[in-house]
Amino acid sequence: MDPVVLLRGAVALTGRFPALSGVDLSVAAGEVVSVVGANGAGKTTLLRVCAGLVPVSSGEAIVLGVDLRADPSAVRRRVGLLGHAPSLYDELTAAENVRFALRAAGLGADRATPALERVGITGRLAKTVAGGLSAGQRRRVALSVLVARAPELWLLDEPHAGLDAGARNLLSDLVTEAVRSGASVMFSSHESEVAAAMSDRRVTMSGGRVADVTSGGRRAKLAAVGEGGSHVA
Amino acid sequence: MWRDALLVAGKDLRIELRSRVALWQVLPVAVLSLVLYAFALGPARHTLAAAAPGLFWLAVLFSTVLATQRSFAIESGEGTRDGLRVSGIDPAGVFLGKAAAVAAELAVLQVVLWAAMTLLFGVHIHTAWLAIVASFLATIGLATAGTLYGALSAGLRVRETLLPLLVLPVLAPVLLAASRAWSGALTGPVSSGESWLRILGPFAAVYLVVGIVLYGPLLETA
Amino acid sequence: MSTSEKTVTVVRRPRWLRVVGALALVSTAATVWLGLWVTPPDAVQKNLVRLVYLHPPIAWVALYLAFGLSALASLLYLWRRTRSMFWDRLAASSVEVGVVFNALTLATGMIWGRPTWGVWWTWDARLTSTALLLVLFLGYLALRRVPVDPEVRARRCAVAALIAFVDVPIVHFSVIWWQTLHQGATVLNANLSPTIHGSMAWTLLLGFIALTLVFVWMVGVRYQIEVLADRTGAERLEVSLAERWAEGDLDSSTAGGNGHANGANGSPVRSPTRVGQ
Repeated sequence: MDPVVLLRGAVALTGRFPALSGVDLSVAAGEVVSVVGANGAGKTTLLRVCAGLVPVSSGEAIVLGVDLRADPSAVRRRVGLLGHAPSLYDELTAAENVRFALRAAGLGADRATPALERVGITGRLAKTVAGGLSAGQRRRVALSVLVARAPELWLLDEPHAGLDAGARNLLSDLVTEAVRSGASVMFSSHESEVAAAMSDRRVTMSGGRVADVTSGGRRAKLAAVGEGGSHVA
Repeated sequence: MWRDALLVAGKDLRIELRSRVALWQVLPVAVLSLVLYAFALGPARHTLAAAAPGLFWLAVLFSTVLATQRSFAIESGEGTRDGLRVSGIDPAGVFLGKAAAVAAELAVLQVVLWAAMTLLFGVHIHTAWLAIVASFLATIGLATAGTLYGALSAGLRVRETLLPLLVLPVLAPVLLAASRAWSGALTGPVSSGESWLRILGPFAAVYLVVGIVLYGPLLETA
Repeated sequence: MSTSEKTVTVVRRPRWLRVVGALALVSTAATVWLGLWVTPPDAVQKNLVRLVYLHPPIAWVALYLAFGLSALASLLYLWRRTRSMFWDRLAASSVEVGVVFNALTLATGMIWGRPTWGVWWTWDARLTSTALLLVLFLGYLALRRVPVDPEVRARRCAVAALIAFVDVPIVHFSVIWWQTLHQGATVLNANLSPTIHGSMAWTLLLGFIALTLVFVWMVGVRYQIEVLADRTGAERLEVSLAERWAEGDLDSSTAGGNGHANGANGSPVRSPTRVGQ
């Protein structure tokens, strides 16, 4: 099976700065890959490149079988990106935000309520404008968009930052569910222990390149609780 | 495309209804500018009445810049700019939706400005249909061209200063044609006002079509 | 980037460009000679009429050639099948030279207008629309100066050039109507317009050829500068890439023990490929 993400020598610029300076990476279908590294190592840009938002100026970049250098827009609607700052309109309520995202993706707005319930945003909270929610609640709302849209590739930028223990468990459950339904996940993190525990492979970035790849402990953890992990091609 | 346009327009207008930025910031500035023009020109009624159509459209023109900037400020909030691009909305739909929302805001603005102008400058519209048709076409032209340039400068650090430089010369024919058409509607002759619709119509049509075609490549670069 | 190891590259302009340059020089010199010494002064405008050999050709280059070429090049850039940085550079060079000629059009127009009409500026249709056009394309140049990825800039500028270009006929007609409907007859009335005959016609034709050649030469040179700038950009990118890699090496050496461990089921860490060429 073809890899979901295939980067070879990918260089991406932010302004004139080479945020990615030649990334080689492949992510298999059903795999969970964590990306760690210091500030400015290129983690966010890597995820944005995979989402088709930052153009690749040299090298090879194929995501979900689409050549990003030819047509990045074809990838965008098939990936789900949870940005470092969740993409919510402050003046719209949580439910309105999710419904807008669903309608935009050509999906039924009726998926919004169950998705919001799945992330624990119910009742009054769902009717609160996003600007009035806490950072953690906003992150949950943004996650519910991904739950409802069920993209083929989840790209989560620092999903753990500022989340309490309950939310972290929720996140880990959502990732597991996504993988079980056939999606692949890439997420960035500052905490390399958490990253390793939650992923199949941990990629360490530095200076805009992949410096190191180690295997993670997610599958082992799953096996320990008696669940079979998905197969990696 | 139309479904997406409706979705985006609805979203933008709902955000405007909640935030009231256009209502409490853009509109007062537009009305204030009428007062400032009067200060600049002197209080003589006949001077103001003669200049009224031009001043009215000048106020609308600058409000267009503000409204466009606001329209893209919504999308430049933390993360929302990416959101619109990964959402899967047809770029032409985004263009039509945002332009429609700006047009709706400009339409409300014109009604209020017209009332203010009637009060302050003592001018009256004699040929209502001409004023309305001219306004309609001019509003489409302003909103579409404004939205195109708004997208062009969106996300750039210099957007506040770049947008007026880019958009004002392009909108100059609208200012010219709409002012003359309104002049015809206010004081006549109607026939000379009418002929300006031949500028406003094509302008609106051209930027509507250009926007639908070129918004895709433009959004790519945001 | 260290400045000590600068290398000086001598760029030889291509042969055709040097030929065009020489032709431009010769034809311009011939126009000057014919215009100033051979042709007769006009009955009404006296020696002022000699501006006719300069002003209309400059305006032709600025308003039609330069902006037309940039619109065409921008269109070809946006069209997927012909997309290449060649068109982007050509459009940019053409606009830049066009803006210079546009400013010259205004300047020569005003120099002509002052003794003829008694004022530097009149709200003449052509003057006004030329001035608007100048600002329109200054916006393009301003947009071009915003530092971004070259391909992003190319696409954005191509769109900007096209949406500015479709405005040109609208500006033109609106200003003509504005002027004719509200100021009566045009200022350039019949008895001030020079009658062209004999040697004057030939000189004017030569003027058009000369300035077109000057335009082609300037665009050619400007294009080459653009190529060099892109090459410098690519070199600068290599330098910043090298810096970026050094940054990475520093990280992994200080991180200690985080070195090059197993690649498990991952792809091997490849050495980065060189960028550019």
